[in-house]
Amino acid sequence: MISRGIGFAALIGLLGVFPLFAGAYPVKLLEEILIWGVFAMSLDLLMGHAGMVSFGHSAFFGVGGYIAAFLLKSAPGALAALTLPALGAGLCALVIGLFSIRVSGVYFIMLTLAFSQMFYAVAFQAAWLGAEDGIVGVPRPRILGVNLAEPMSFHVYLIALCALAALVLWRVVRSPFGHVLRGIHENEARMQAVGYPVNRYKLLAFVIAGVIAGVAGALYSQFVGSITPDAFLWTTSGEVLLMVIIGGTGTLGGAALGAAAFILLQTLVSSYTDRWMLILGLTFITLVLFAPGGIVGALRGRVGLRA
Amino acid sequence: VWSFVPDVFGQALNGLSYGILLFLLSVGLTLIFGMLDIVNLAHGSFYMLGAYAGLSLIAVTGSFWWALLVAPLAVGGVGALVERGCLRPLYRRPPLDQVLLTFGLVYLFEDLVKWMWGGRIRSIPSPDLFSGSVTIFAATVPSYRLFVIAFGLAMAVALFVLIERTRLGAIVRAGVFDAEMTAGMGIDVDRVFTGVFAGGAALAGLSGVIAGPIQSAYPPMGASILIPALIVVVVGGLGSLKGSFAGSLIIGQAETFGKAWLPGASMLIIYVVMALVLLFRPQGLFGRPLK
Repeated sequence: MISRGIGFAALIGLLGVFPLFAGAYPVKLLEEILIWGVFAMSLDLLMGHAGMVSFGHSAFFGVGGYIAAFLLKSAPGALAALTLPALGAGLCALVIGLFSIRVSGVYFIMLTLAFSQMFYAVAFQAAWLGAEDGIVGVPRPRILGVNLAEPMSFHVYLIALCALAALVLWRVVRSPFGHVLRGIHENEARMQAVGYPVNRYKLLAFVIAGVIAGVAGALYSQFVGSITPDAFLWTTSGEVLLMVIIGGTGTLGGAALGAAAFILLQTLVSSYTDRWMLILGLTFITLVLFAPGGIVGALRGRVGLRA
Repeated sequence: VWSFVPDVFGQALNGLSYGILLFLLSVGLTLIFGMLDIVNLAHGSFYMLGAYAGLSLIAVTGSFWWALLVAPLAVGGVGALVERGCLRPLYRRPPLDQVLLTFGLVYLFEDLVKWMWGGRIRSIPSPDLFSGSVTIFAATVPSYRLFVIAFGLAMAVALFVLIERTRLGAIVRAGVFDAEMTAGMGIDVDRVFTGVFAGGAALAGLSGVIAGPIQSAYPPMGASILIPALIVVVVGGLGSLKGSFAGSLIIGQAETFGKAWLPGASMLIIYVVMALVLLFRPQGLFGRPLK
């Protein structure tokens, strides 16, 4: 426990000082990995712990990103950069959750997918959201008097928030609430019979995951400086699902590793050939067929896939 | 006073032809779902493959009709390979693995098509026989749309007869209802699985060939048609042939009239329809009640 804490702190410190001895491009890559890592970890709370496979997690990422982008243009503060995107994404998760958690398995996958595409449809056609071009020229905020347009301060801000998100998720997973979620994953009928209000637990998990995904989306639009309807696209949900799978479900750290592997692979392949979609597709098919436990599963010799 | 009639009638026919395309696509999706418990995300890719196979076959044979016959068979063959080669080893795994595999296939097929045919939009000519247009109730309708409607309705009838009235259809329905029990009755469900998957893929390919002259061929067409097709399946009820027919017609009309009357929110309408259906009938119009 203590050694884990020290390890986590050391990792954060290392990531924090990374820009001091690396060029601008590796730093950008690292920041992208961190944001997607948070996004993937939030999905892992649902998939790996509650057993709810959502194929519409891009909805909350996109909502967070759009709210941040929209508000930052007029009021570049913490409220616009983080608070309201998180609340907005949580609210959307609550509504979609109310519709979707009544069903499970493949039907749940389909419903979440369809609902996330609804957001795509809205963003794609809403002129006040920039329609298909999205929102561009998003300024970086000023928080606690620090101007985050400066690269190093933005880097520290990003690391701090990603660490915070990881800690929150870790606390949730380790709490009694997290244990109930795993119980529901194992045997929903039994948890119901024991007297747990299963649907309320699932809904809360869905909302927490939505809030964190919203924060990841908000960070993303500040990082890139723009957001387009593609953030909502169902393939975005598919990609983040793959990150979780590549890393290994049910292990928050695995999801972050998976995000790193995905982005590094994508960057590497697309720098060599135009056929990156083909190679990614083949890689995923191979991974699903032959390495179901992901990176963490392979490291553990395919035993004890759960955290 | 009645001047809106031709417009409404023309739109309704457009909606009907689009609904027919969705039906051919969603039949396979809903049966594969019902039988194998798989959301086949690559189903849209079969539609895309159908359109491109049609494009090339028209170029080679010079005839739309050969393309209409051969392209679905080719896509069905691809479907059979996918089921045998990739999905079969995953049946004992959690459903997520299968969904992810089909997601990988979406990338694979889309990039293969870009590689072989290029990324640009390719238009596909209507067959000479239906290249003109006809006037019905003062509405001018491309005759190709009428062909699509007639052909699709004929296919729908043939499918109903096949599924509801034949021994083979009874086996498929039994498989959708309870695959394990069907296997227990001594039926080789493995072959039925492959057959249903290949048949569904062939129908999606057929839908793609027919859609070609209306919507042209472009690589992301598969990923974008998948969503309306999924909504059709949700609205109609999972695993239900009737539901997929009713859902297709509803979604086809909703989207077409949305484009005409609410251009600013046309994409949203089909989701509103889906949400309404889910509110009042969570299992879909013709679905079995949820557990």
